[in-house]
Formats: sequence, C-alpha cells, structure tokens
Amino acid sequence: MSERLRVTTEAPALRRGVIGAAGGRWARLVLAPLVRGFAQALAKGPGAALASLAAPEARAAIRLTLLVAAITVPLGAVFGLAAAWWLTRFEFRGKALLISLIDLPFSVSPVVAGLALVLLFGANSSLGGWLVGQGVPVIFALPGVVLATLFVTFPFVARALIPVMVEQGRAEEEAALTLGAGGWRVFFTVTLPKIRGALLAGVLLANARAMGEFGAVAVVSGKIRGQTATVPITIEMLYNEYLTVAAFALAAVLTALALLTLLAKTLLDRAGHGAGLSGH
Amino acid sequence: MQIEIDEIAKDFGATTALHPVSLSIPSGALVALLGPSGSGKTTLLRILGGLEIPSSGRVLFDGEDATGMTVQERRAGFVFQSYALFRHMTVAQNIGYGLAARPRARRPSKAEIARRVGHLLALIQLPDIGARYPGQLSGGQRQRVALARALAIEPRMLLLDEPFGALDAKVRRELRQGLRDIHDETGLTSVFVTHDQEEAMALADLVVVMSMGRIEQIGRPQDLRARPASAFVRAFLTV
Repeated sequence: MSERLRVTTEAPALRRGVIGAAGGRWARLVLAPLVRGFAQALAKGPGAALASLAAPEARAAIRLTLLVAAITVPLGAVFGLAAAWWLTRFEFRGKALLISLIDLPFSVSPVVAGLALVLLFGANSSLGGWLVGQGVPVIFALPGVVLATLFVTFPFVARALIPVMVEQGRAEEEAALTLGAGGWRVFFTVTLPKIRGALLAGVLLANARAMGEFGAVAVVSGKIRGQTATVPITIEMLYNEYLTVAAFALAAVLTALALLTLLAKTLLDRAGHGAGLSGH
Repeated sequence: MQIEIDEIAKDFGATTALHPVSLSIPSGALVALLGPSGSGKTTLLRILGGLEIPSSGRVLFDGEDATGMTVQERRAGFVFQSYALFRHMTVAQNIGYGLAARPRARRPSKAEIARRVGHLLALIQLPDIGARYPGQLSGGQRQRVALARALAIEPRMLLLDEPFGALDAKVRRELRQGLRDIHDETGLTSVFVTHDQEEAMALADLVVVMSMGRIEQIGRPQDLRARPASAFVRAFLTV
C-alpha cells in the first residue's frame, strides 16, 4: 500500500471492522443457505441425490430449462440490442414513455404477466383457439413457457445497454461512416466492441432469470410433469411432496448452472482484457 | 476539389440552425468557418460531410450535385471535435480502418495498409506510437492521429470540427502550423470550424464569419480586418 493511497483510506482497525461485519452478514445471508441447501441434497448420501437427478422427471426438467434459456437469451439479447439502439440513436415523440415501458416486466408481477398471456393465447381466446386448431398450442406448451420467459427477461439487456450507449454518444460511429464503413461493419467493428461488457452483463442476468423464473412460467405451463415443468417448478412440486433430497438436489443443479454462468462471464471478461478488447 | 454551397438551409424541428446560405470554396483553399456557438458553423460542416441532411438547397463538388450522396461516397476526411478515435483499437488500427473497410476489390493488402499507416505516422511525426491505444496518448497526439486517420482514405477534402478546441495554448500553436503544413503538402480543400478568431485569421486563406445561422461576411483575413461588413463582424474580430 503506497503512502498516497493511505491518505484517503480509513484507519486499519475501522476498515477491518466494517469489512468483517459486511463479510459476516454476507456469509450468514447468502453463503449459509447455499451451503445448507447443498447439505440437504446430500443428506441421504450422494447416491440418493444422483438417483433423484437421474429420474426421467428431473432430466426432462433440466433439458427444458436449458432449452428455454437457449432460445430466450439470444432472442432477448437481439431484441434488447435493437431496442437500446433505437432508443438511444433516434429522437422521436413518446421516447420517454417507451423507455419507462421497457421496465414494465420488472414492475408487473410475473404471475400477472402469465395470466395476461393465458388471456391472449389460451384455448378460449380467438387467437389461442386458432393456434390450437393449427396444432401449435401456446398455453400449457413450450411456446408459452418461452413467451413468458421472454417477457420477464426482456428488460435486462436493454437496461444494461441504454446508459452505456447514451454516455458513449455516436461520434465513433459517425467517424467510421466518414471513413467509408457501411452500417453492419460499423456495428460489428465499432458499436459492438464498445458495448461488449454491458451486453455481457445484461445477457448474464437475463440467463439467470430465464433459468430461475417461476411465477409467469407456473401460470402458462400448466406444470405438466416431464413436459412443461421447468427446473424451478419441478423443485417446488418435489418439495411439496416431501421429496426433500430430490428437491434440494435439483436446486443444487440450478445453483451450479448459475455459478457456471458467472464463471463464464469472468473468463470472457479476462479473455477480452488479454486481447485489449475491453477498451480504456 | 471545388465546393459550392447553394442556398443550404437546415431546421431541427422548430429551431432553424441555418437560414439559406451560399458559399463558394475554391479548390485547394484552407477555409475557416468562424462564429460563436449556435452560429450554424458545425451544422454546415456536417452537411458538407454528409452527416446531416439539409432541409433545402444543394451542395456541389466540382460542379456535380452531391446533395444526395451518402457519407461514404463523399470521401470527406472528417476530424471530430473530440477526435472520436476508436478506443478499443490501436493507433495503427485506427489509421488503417478506412482502408480495411473498403470493398474487397479495392482493399489494399495487409502489408500495403501497414506501409501506408507507417507513412502517415511519419507524416504526423509520431512514428513510434502505432501499437498504443488512444487512451495512452496526449490530447495533441490524439488530434494528429485523428488527422492521419482522415488522410488515410485519400479524401477528396478535409473537414475539421474545432480541431484545436480541446488543447492548451502551446500545443494549439504547434498543431496549427502542423495543419497548415499538411494542407500545403496535400493540396486538399480543407474546411475547419472554430470559434477562435485569432486561429481563423492566422491559419485560413478564406474566413467565413457566421452568426445566428447566417453568413455575415466572407473574405481573406486582411480584408475582413480592413473592411468588416457589419457591426457584428467588427465586434467579433476585435475580441
């Protein structure tokens, strides 16, 4: 620690005290439940936990959750990028209203969002009835789960990008245009590298939410075992049936997926740094 | 290249940035658009570069109507006020950007791009900074890199928006001479925007004094000083 830094820093005792208090609370509130969860999963030994994960119901739930995330996260990223680009690069009437509407999925309860989807696409609605007639039911089927997840995850990417894109302005894009670059080249060589970090953060949050969403999916999926029950919904059902080991084993898988996402982000961040892509 | 501005006007919604203005810029001239902020000088420069579309009027390059030409087609070397260097690319990548962005048929080879970048770095007298990032450069170095990047595309004209605005007085004077030298060497028709009358008078062949979206007077520095056309010009030049 250099002399220069020390001037702006609190006394060591106070510093250690504050960090210790914060660390202790973090351990009790975040770490302890996590550890207890893993311990519950292993309460009857690793064999029982693994066996419960190998059950067809659990495997179908994991497959469904991964599939839904794989569909919704890229779609959400593209929508979010388009929305952020449109909202920050153009001036038009009603823009402020639209920016606050982006937050709608955050402010509306997911259950309400799910009910709205049922009203719109349910077999009793005209659109839903027609879709069922065509052999593509939305509600109580995969499309409904995807739509509900898209709705609740939509704001993450746009919200992460808008402040960054406003702050960066469009001078670099204009410079690239004057140098002869076309629209797509400008996007891929100038815009995308500049917003890479924010985009990654938004995608990570969207992914965590997509895999963890409960309320909206619970309403539209019909909780059909082995078909439309995602991991969080299966966990709830198992727990309600007093299948504690199975419930916590699946919860541990969900947690591990979240930790993997975090790890991927960290590695990507570091790789970006090495290549000098993160900017200055 | 000769530039003809014919009754160009620009509105932004309800506000008028430019009343119809006309201006003829002879080939190879170094022209200053001089005026206080809000006088419309930057808007006029951006219209020349194709970054704004005029509400009415025409722009002609060498007698040919260029009003509808895209930014890319105009091949204007544009130096932005805060330089707008690509912060995630090295200096060499910045300067080579325009060459690498050309359609495949007209794109020089990697070795040729590197050679030209080296030549431009020598021209701006910073031969050793190719591997650095813009964030590692001083303000004066950034300005010269921006100039080299604009020159790399073999532009038909140079357009500079407050090129010395963000620099301290000493660097300003050095770079002023640097711009004059590069202009004389390349013979490019060059237009720069400034609010500094001393800079305009010291550097430009032709000074265009603007105020409130109108051109107040066009003339050589000595003519403006000797015969200011309006009270505004007289007051602005004696600041």
